[in-house]
Amino acid sequence: MKIGIPRAFLYYKYHVLWETFFEELGIDYIVSPETNKDIIKRGEAHAMDESCLSSKIFTGHVDYLIDKCDYIFIPRVATFGSHKETVCSKFQAIYDVINNIYREKNLKILYYSIDILNKDTELKAFLKMGKFLGKKKVQVLKAYYIAKQAEKTAKMIEINNQNNLLNSDKLKILVVSHPYNIYDEYIGKPIINTLNELGCEAILACVVDEKKARDRAKKISGTLPWTFNKELVGAISLYKEKVDGIILVSSFPCGPDSLVNEMILRRLKGKPIINLILDGQEGTAGMETRLESFVDILNLQKEGGIHE
Amino acid sequence: MSKVKVNFPRFGSYNVAVRHIIVNGCGVDYVEAPPITKKTLEIGAKNSPDFVCTPFKYQLGGYIEAIEAGANTLIQVGGACRLNYYGEIHEQILKDLGYDVKFVNMANADFAKPLTFYEEFKKITPNLNIKKITSAVLLAVKMVEAIDKVEDYIRANVGFEKEEGSFDKLHRDFLEDLKEVNDKKELNLLTKLYMSKFKKLEVDKPKNPLRVGIVGEYYTIMDEYSNHYMEKELAKKGIVIERWMNVSNSIFHNYVKEIKQSIKHYAKYDMGATSMYTINKALDYAKEGFDGIIHVKSFGCTPEIDTMPVLQRISEDYKIPIIYFSFDTQTSDVGINTRIEAFYDMIMMRKEDKIK
Repeated sequence: MKIGIPRAFLYYKYHVLWETFFEELGIDYIVSPETNKDIIKRGEAHAMDESCLSSKIFTGHVDYLIDKCDYIFIPRVATFGSHKETVCSKFQAIYDVINNIYREKNLKILYYSIDILNKDTELKAFLKMGKFLGKKKVQVLKAYYIAKQAEKTAKMIEINNQNNLLNSDKLKILVVSHPYNIYDEYIGKPIINTLNELGCEAILACVVDEKKARDRAKKISGTLPWTFNKELVGAISLYKEKVDGIILVSSFPCGPDSLVNEMILRRLKGKPIINLILDGQEGTAGMETRLESFVDILNLQKEGGIHE
Repeated sequence: MSKVKVNFPRFGSYNVAVRHIIVNGCGVDYVEAPPITKKTLEIGAKNSPDFVCTPFKYQLGGYIEAIEAGANTLIQVGGACRLNYYGEIHEQILKDLGYDVKFVNMANADFAKPLTFYEEFKKITPNLNIKKITSAVLLAVKMVEAIDKVEDYIRANVGFEKEEGSFDKLHRDFLEDLKEVNDKKELNLLTKLYMSKFKKLEVDKPKNPLRVGIVGEYYTIMDEYSNHYMEKELAKKGIVIERWMNVSNSIFHNYVKEIKQSIKHYAKYDMGATSMYTINKALDYAKEGFDGIIHVKSFGCTPEIDTMPVLQRISEDYKIPIIYFSFDTQTSDVGINTRIEAFYDMIMMRKEDKIK
């Protein structure tokens, strides 16, 4: 049996967990390639016109995997706790959305569902999935714990590496973006590359101690309901003093970001900040120009040319 | 301290029930926002984030117009989608614009602890009497049910009225008289009286009229300005309109378990916000042999976008036409009407073919 994992959405947050889990259970898997023009086109052809760019990309990756594996892996998340620990409803719906888009194809989907408000924890979700994969409970438990450990270690290394960047003398720019946007080869990576070419270090808000960030976010915005956005908002507060400027990156037309960015722009004072919207259109010239002028301003400011 | 003057965003015909809670439950003044106009949306859009959903913009515009009309205390609710975060951002924007108002945000309350709602209400006025507010809320719930009952009847018949505007006029009178109601008994009498008045209005209804069901996003489907008076446009063509989505059905009598069961061939999970209701009712209308379904939402409404692939499957399985409308600040009446016209022609021709 071979599992196909779409390289999109939650993959970027959970790939160590998933890949280790499957490896420990001896399950063969493939991951769809980095996003490219073909994948975007596939996504645009099958997803609803109005859905966000990131979900079109997800659909494109699923489309790529059809007929290349036995099961396509589409996990679902509804809540991480109370009504104040929710996610964009896209993550709640994605399993059924894909199932309906591709009904004709009769896709075989491997899935799990996390809905802590209804007592479906991550552990329970993985146990169920392990059972579906025909593995013994002890085996599944062991695989899950090893995978969790691997996830923790990987996160630690990531945070350490970023901490080293924070000591750099270069201009440091905090990039605030969901991992599935900023790590995406086609839509996010060009931003990091451009910043590097302009001589800056890109500090990623998504590389952060998530729990600490969530707790911090509660103090900034009391009713913010989305867990993934809380992590980013808290990260801004944790990294703010160590960076020279902030870039908010969102895919068009992201629901949660539409409001959360507004909150950030209105409440976080004292750092230059810009807002980039990714629409997946070809050409990066517009983005590059905006980044260049932003970096110019930051450089001037650092040299003492602009006083606030 | 100056007098407390409360506003809550306009929403369908429910203002009268909100007013009852504010005036008789909290014992403070109620300021109704002026009717929504193009200007409301302009003010709202100007001060809102670009790609937030349109209801946010309507409500922000409404708040500003209400403040200009004298309101000094604003209320917002929570919800299962972006609505859950509206309040905090509305409050921030109004503050940044320099408006000195009190903002009561029910999203602060916790569904698991009902008492926290009482705590929020207390922010409106510290002299809140728990008995008074409870009985006012209970009567407001009954008012909402009465409004919904009357409007269901209107939707089914207004398209066939003999005297143009007769239903509209009676509807307005009903809502006006509803303001004077003090208890359940009076409410029941008034509702009965108006239902019999409505039934006496002359209609010229064919035996087998066209029937269209409307499904979709909470605010846009219930706010007639937001949906460009779509129900009225349809009714004018002699169509029976059914809309399950209203406050009483979705909040007071919803049967989530049954709904999940009935749509399980199309959706394994709750897809968020009102998606289950949209799918469930579309399926019902399809099974009941309606002539068409209209799906309504504001631009970018994620839960409702995600119902669209499901609705497409229902449309294929039951051979029922479904038309999709998405409203934003740029939507023009002309575009909407042209599409309604085309949809009407299509379902009409299908019906004639069936009869042959």
